[in-house]
Amino acid sequence: MKKVIEGSHAVAEAVRLCAPKVIAAYPITPQTHIVERLSKMVADGELDSEFLCVESEHSAMSACIGAQATGVRTYTATASQGLILMHEMLHVASGMRLPIVMNVANRSVSSPLSIWNDWLDAMAVRNSGWVQLFVESSQEALDTTIQAYKIAETIHLPVMVCIDGFYLSHTYEPVDIPDTVAGYLGDYKPKVVLDPKNPITQGMMAGPKAFQEFKEQQHRALLSAKDVIKNENSEFNKKFSRIYGDGLVETYNMESADYAIISMGSVCGTIKHILDEKKISDIGLIRIKTYRPFPNKEIIDLTKNLKALGVLEKDISFGIGGALWADVKTFVDKPVSNFIGGLGGRDIQIEDIVKIFETIRKEEENIHWVGSQLKK
Amino acid sequence: MDKKFNEGAWAEPGTSVKNKTGSWRTFKPIVTDRCVGCGTCTKFCPEGAIKIVEKNGKKKAEINYDYCKGCLICLKECPFKAIEKEVEK
Repeated sequence: MKKVIEGSHAVAEAVRLCAPKVIAAYPITPQTHIVERLSKMVADGELDSEFLCVESEHSAMSACIGAQATGVRTYTATASQGLILMHEMLHVASGMRLPIVMNVANRSVSSPLSIWNDWLDAMAVRNSGWVQLFVESSQEALDTTIQAYKIAETIHLPVMVCIDGFYLSHTYEPVDIPDTVAGYLGDYKPKVVLDPKNPITQGMMAGPKAFQEFKEQQHRALLSAKDVIKNENSEFNKKFSRIYGDGLVETYNMESADYAIISMGSVCGTIKHILDEKKISDIGLIRIKTYRPFPNKEIIDLTKNLKALGVLEKDISFGIGGALWADVKTFVDKPVSNFIGGLGGRDIQIEDIVKIFETIRKEEENIHWVGSQLKK
Repeated sequence: MDKKFNEGAWAEPGTSVKNKTGSWRTFKPIVTDRCVGCGTCTKFCPEGAIKIVEKNGKKKAEINYDYCKGCLICLKECPFKAIEKEVEK
């Protein structure tokens, strides 16, 4: 059924369809509407879940870890400081190989205080062993959250679905809500569970002779997510007739492109609009949907005949440049310019992107701060 | 060493029996003849690695060096100063 709803509510609908048995969350802007709607669904009897109003995000993730270890599907959502506060437990969740699903309504990180959108929160936790997916629209947010459970439960790793705060979380768009996910998402079948009748220890201590192997296993599992994500992208399409590139990356206007702009999330909608409206043929868009595991092979293949690239991102890895730019640079041996913009909720405007296109065509490699008001 | 790496680092019960922590020792506590077998050390030992045994009709503390980590709490708590230490070789 098609409805005009907020991105947050689209996510809540996806979670309702996947029916986690435990939801533990603490409200934080701009994630609030997701969990507010979920708590209403539970209160109204539309969703048979235990809704835990925990005292912090650290507790939210801890509660999900405990619940998931007993063998049930769980859910949480957060943003910004909340994600940073639960950072410790993110590593525990991935290390214990618990397929928890979480939405992050991306927001900046203090200081200075900002409630607005950028990716500083998600980028700060990119080494926590989670699958990180970035979506462009509310529809994709709904679809990807459903896929996230399938992906997580296949590879036994947690999945973070990142939606741009406000640009998606608070924007009303037409969204097609499936009647059911039955036939796509089955019951959760855990590998091991905490059960007093068959006691085991989960997340035990590992000495120097064993620890490294567990981390190697985790890395292998995260790499194996690439095929699983691709597969779920097409399986989902068979059932619901919606598809997003190959699940890892989506390309747009690349047919006759000499240059490409690489980015993630909702700003890609703006880029597509400009490419269409200005009838640009020499520049295409590579939208990275799956940030972790990083689609290195796809980036190499897509860029091998190009002259130069630009990476537009709403984050800064202090002391090096954009985090996404650094990742792309690892695999691409040609000029890649970095465009850091949209921090703390600053709109990336049409004129900004037109200027970025002009800079990419110069085939240089520099780090540019979009619309900087500082003297050089 | 157990070469089985259960993904997610989970283990069946009994790992603290399997993993012998005696190799962690720097100092080794030695029970001397002054020991009267009062059992104080058995209550303080955080590893539960000491028990009182009867030898030739005399009670005496016996340390299980497979698990004793060498914390020397037994040496500190012994009311008869009957436990000495040496550097683990």
